[in-house]
Amino acid sequence: MQPTREAPVVEPRHVEGAVRGDRLPGRAAVEARELSHRFGELRVLDRLELELATGEVLGIVGPSGCGKSTLLELIAGLARASSGRIRVDHALEPEARLGLCAYMPQRDLLLPWLSAIDNAALAPRNRGASRAAARAEASPLFERFGLAGFEASRAAELSGGMRQRVAFLRTLLAGKPVLLLDEPFASLDAITRAEMQEWLADALAVERRSVVLVSHDIEEALYLADRVLILSRRPARILAELHSPSPRRRPRAEAVTSAAFTAARERALAVLAEDR
Amino acid sequence: MNAVLAVARRILAPLVIVLALLGLWELAARWELLSNALDIEPFLVPAPSEVAEALWSDRSLLAENAWVTLREILAGLALAVALGAGFALALHRFEPLRRAVYPLLVASQTIPVIAIAPILVVWLGYGIGPKLAIIALVCFFPVTVNMLDGLRSVNRDQVRMMRTLDASRSQILRRVEVPAALPFLLSGVKVAAVISVIGAVFGEWAGADSGLGHLILISQGQLQTARVFAAVAVLSAIALILFASLVVVERRYAWWGSR
Repeated sequence: MQPTREAPVVEPRHVEGAVRGDRLPGRAAVEARELSHRFGELRVLDRLELELATGEVLGIVGPSGCGKSTLLELIAGLARASSGRIRVDHALEPEARLGLCAYMPQRDLLLPWLSAIDNAALAPRNRGASRAAARAEASPLFERFGLAGFEASRAAELSGGMRQRVAFLRTLLAGKPVLLLDEPFASLDAITRAEMQEWLADALAVERRSVVLVSHDIEEALYLADRVLILSRRPARILAELHSPSPRRRPRAEAVTSAAFTAARERALAVLAEDR
Repeated sequence: MNAVLAVARRILAPLVIVLALLGLWELAARWELLSNALDIEPFLVPAPSEVAEALWSDRSLLAENAWVTLREILAGLALAVALGAGFALALHRFEPLRRAVYPLLVASQTIPVIAIAPILVVWLGYGIGPKLAIIALVCFFPVTVNMLDGLRSVNRDQVRMMRTLDASRSQILRRVEVPAALPFLLSGVKVAAVISVIGAVFGEWAGADSGLGHLILISQGQLQTARVFAAVAVLSAIALILFASLVVVERRYAWWGSR
């Protein structure tokens, strides 16, 4: 009934080649080598190595303040790493990476002066589309992702979950091959959060992208990602890598209560506890 | 119905205070308490009823001059908003310029406008020029400083988010920074609107042949104190109406600021 395959805990040295090429073909969409970063004296990242295959969802968990968000910002090209190398597709320079990554920050950051659909359609607008054309581009996504009828709503009129959905559509409409999601549901209550995880699972099934998902919630990462990296406390290094037993399987409640899932979660917790 | 009640409740308290003060003033003037206390002629202290009478009997004179002053105020204010907002954008865009010019901006506010008003009249003549210059000078500061604060208050994460959405520098300005700064700008314009009335009076005192400030000066010379008060009342009304219109504009076009 449940997949009984054990979720293997892989040591950092084994990361290379750990991507299961049979399920996720193609060369790595994102690659980081010897990636270190510091803010002045504060060392944030310590020689991280990561690889993301095209179409793969990679989860990153770790204690709060360990530099998860910094890692996403570096990949996105919003900041320049102190040392090491990041490649997104063929792009090595931050400015070039910025053109390939769509970044969804922790807070929805919807612009209060725009309607929901105009918020979602910001990227097409920025690329020069007329307002009508940008809305036409966003409109089918509103239909498809359960936001039909809320196109004209102001951000303040939407619930937390809906705001996150609009923010996700905005990220999708950026049309980038790589999505960087920074704790997308951290601000939501538990029930909305579970709903949104299922929603995102469905959304990713429809809109296949390469995704790096940062979360402090092991369960969320294990449910949504194909593979989860566990980071240490600052300066962050990779403590372990886990393969999710049943990524994005519906219904969520069943998936996260399976024996394999529970085992993977306990392993992750044990790894994090050891780091204390 | 509830809305009407809410409005009534809101204006009731100030209305009662104003009426009570006017009543006290009326009694003090009628019983010559004030003129006795100040040891001056009773006709120099007009009662509110006499001011009201002057408002009515001098209505065409007041209206004529109010129109002159209102034009000065609106043009001066428009000039200050255009210059102030433009200047703030330039300072925001070029950080070194901001650092260089900001102290100068603050210093400009220490210029005693009354003192330089006559000089401006010498330079710019008796027309509307010096009035505009003076109004713009007193209004420029609140407009610029508020707009600058607004531009600097922009959420940095929103700007970064826009960068990942392929926004250029000018698109970030247009779609994020300017809208975010708009409520701040309007706060500045509200302050500017009120002080623009004072600026107009200074401008007219320095040299003018019409306007409410000019009328106040002339009427004072003729010891027509009721007319002076009437002109002051009209000036206050202008300031209040300007302020109220800006509140309406704010609710309609910059409602996100008040949340």
